[in-house]
Amino acid sequence: MTKNIMIVGVGGQGSLLASKMLGKLLLSQGYDVKVSEVHGMSQRGGSVVTYVRYGEKVYSPIIDKGEADYIISFEKLEAARYVSYLKKGGKIIVSTQEIDPMPVITGAAQYPENLIEKMQAAGADVDAIDALSLAMEAGSSKAVNLVLMGRLSKYFDASEEAWMEALEACVPPKFLELNKKAFAMGRDA
Amino acid sequence: MKQLMLGNAAVARGLYEAGCGVVSSYPGTPSTEITEEVAKYDEVYCEWAPNEKVALEVAFGACLAGKRSFCGMKHVGLNVAADPLFTISYTGVNAGMIIAVADDPGMHSSQNEQDSRHYAKAAKIPMLEPADSAEALEYTKIAYEISEKFDTPIFLKTCTRIAHSQSIVETSERVDIPVKPYEKNIAKNVMMPGNAKKKHPVVEQRLRDLAEYAETSPLNRVEMGDTKLGIITSSTCYQYAKEVYGEGASILKLGMVWPLPAKMIKDFASKVDKLIVIEELDPFIEEFCNTLGIEVNGKDLLPMEDEFSQNLIAEKLGKETPDGLSLDENIPVRPPVMCAGCPHRGLFYTLSKNKCTVLGDIGCYTLGAVAPLSAMEVTACMGASISSIHGFNKALGAESEGKTVAVIGDSTFMHSGMTGLANIAYNQSNSTVIILDNSITGMTGHQQNPTTGYNIKGDPAGKIDLEALCKAMGINRVRVVDPYNLEETDKAVKEELAVAEPSVIISRRPCALLKTVKAKPPITCDPDKCKGCTKCMKLGCPAISMKDNKATIDPTLCVGCGVCEQLCAFGALEGNGND
Repeated sequence: MTKNIMIVGVGGQGSLLASKMLGKLLLSQGYDVKVSEVHGMSQRGGSVVTYVRYGEKVYSPIIDKGEADYIISFEKLEAARYVSYLKKGGKIIVSTQEIDPMPVITGAAQYPENLIEKMQAAGADVDAIDALSLAMEAGSSKAVNLVLMGRLSKYFDASEEAWMEALEACVPPKFLELNKKAFAMGRDA
Repeated sequence: MKQLMLGNAAVARGLYEAGCGVVSSYPGTPSTEITEEVAKYDEVYCEWAPNEKVALEVAFGACLAGKRSFCGMKHVGLNVAADPLFTISYTGVNAGMIIAVADDPGMHSSQNEQDSRHYAKAAKIPMLEPADSAEALEYTKIAYEISEKFDTPIFLKTCTRIAHSQSIVETSERVDIPVKPYEKNIAKNVMMPGNAKKKHPVVEQRLRDLAEYAETSPLNRVEMGDTKLGIITSSTCYQYAKEVYGEGASILKLGMVWPLPAKMIKDFASKVDKLIVIEELDPFIEEFCNTLGIEVNGKDLLPMEDEFSQNLIAEKLGKETPDGLSLDENIPVRPPVMCAGCPHRGLFYTLSKNKCTVLGDIGCYTLGAVAPLSAMEVTACMGASISSIHGFNKALGAESEGKTVAVIGDSTFMHSGMTGLANIAYNQSNSTVIILDNSITGMTGHQQNPTTGYNIKGDPAGKIDLEALCKAMGINRVRVVDPYNLEETDKAVKEELAVAEPSVIISRRPCALLKTVKAKPPITCDPDKCKGCTKCMKLGCPAISMKDNKATIDPTLCVGCGVCEQLCAFGALEGNGND
């Protein structure tokens, strides 16, 4: 059975590193893996989505509505945007950071309130964490991706060694300690 | 070794392994990473050409000289390269030559949704279409064999979901391909009427030979399952069909989409009760089936527009789709925006303030059309801003000359802007052209170009002087402004619009995302001075928002460009840099 993980956020938040690390981890576990992302126009501060699929044999590179086992979101509004992709019983791991999109900045729209509660009411199993503060505590606001990966590792049947191997393969050596710390903080928070 | 690889990187690996010697491309999403990745192999000469026509001709020259060559482009780039394409089809090759073209169904990063398969048919050259990264690598190698065996350039077609998806590949070593000696052969390579007339029947025969090859080639394969439904498909649609049907249907998977295997299709059709073609965009395979007299479903059930997915196919073909959760909430859209500190912002603010009619072009700066700046009103294709302002001004004369500008980036100007400017200088329209020189090809992810002074590997290279070039082309008024300086920019725009001769303004400031550009400390807002007038909000800067009727600056986004500071009449926004 193919499992589906969506990573969503705002262009420039570092979701590509998270999907790269996840891809490496899943490959090391012996799965067939496909990772699909979009480059170009949408990276300019737009809404971005990466699909990670794994299982015995994966065909489609994309995840469709009602299929995601996990949605990992770097931003609250983006989690809400993709809720329809979550399958019944699926889990959302969301950083509670809010980034105003342009219609909110210009006053044409409001940033919706109580999104976590609304997603829960819609039937989603939501794990909300303040990943930005944890990342800054670990040493850099850029480590949000590792905080979220650490959080995901709680729900995953993979050894800590396998996660660390994937982490080491994706992160430059000089930031290794910082990123390991962020990963651990995400897992234990 | 098994590894996850992006489709584009897999094509690059295929080029490397197949002994490719020369690569020339122009960047274009979603094709760009092929050339970026292959440039990492020192064995292969790689370059960014000024445009796709040049790239294709460079690759042609290299294959004639005897080295396997490659050029890559996005679908609209192929329009630019179409001129050499149709005639190189007649000359054929010496060593193999691959043209990769990446379509963008769904227009993630494109201005239209054209289907490149028509070019294979129109130019009478074969086209391979991989369905994942492993096939992307394998087909690249097979493409060279076909190119050389049949004396033809060959297409390798991808789409966004192949180019930008990672799947598992197994790599192997590079083969050394000796240079195939070039021999002078005027009848083969000089396409003047007498020679071309003799070549056309050769091309037609080649197409028949290729169609025969397609009948038995492992590139096309039948996967028999339940015979109640037969599916003919290719590329990413094959993956969606397998996802939906598994063994519940029989599939003819085409890896070579031109020429198509008529006998194989007829044979497959005879084995299934009902037949459907699943293909994105145009009914290319479907219409071929129609010419064979085969009854087939296709675009009567599936859309011509946008990209497909497993749910779309399931839904249109009457299968169940999973229920997702639904949220009763109005989620504001999050469109792409110009980055904080983008040098284009100051220029577009100025054009907006002066109520200019702005004819635009292709690049990051197309985002100048987005609210709140909304300062661009036409965008069609590479270079069209400069050519069309000339037509606009010739049509309306003084009525438009004093308020109309063309806006084009440095890389786009090199690509297709120069000939338009030559027309302005030659046929003398009183046009004002603004070159947005951010010293890089921005939208496709920071590629060097002929104005940056560096090559694809980041080494020093030839550098075209834009001011000298424009002057040499006959434009007497050429001036440079810094778009971070609103007063200077405003003065230049007003003055150049007022003069009665062609002029060029170069709005010069490197892209704020470049590693060589050092950000200044973020701007801060003094809430005691801020009157909440929202003038700074007119810039559409993602770092500025209003909280409790006061401007607030997001310090993680702000790069201290200082443009908002110049707008504030109350001195509330303050820079913290030394400059």
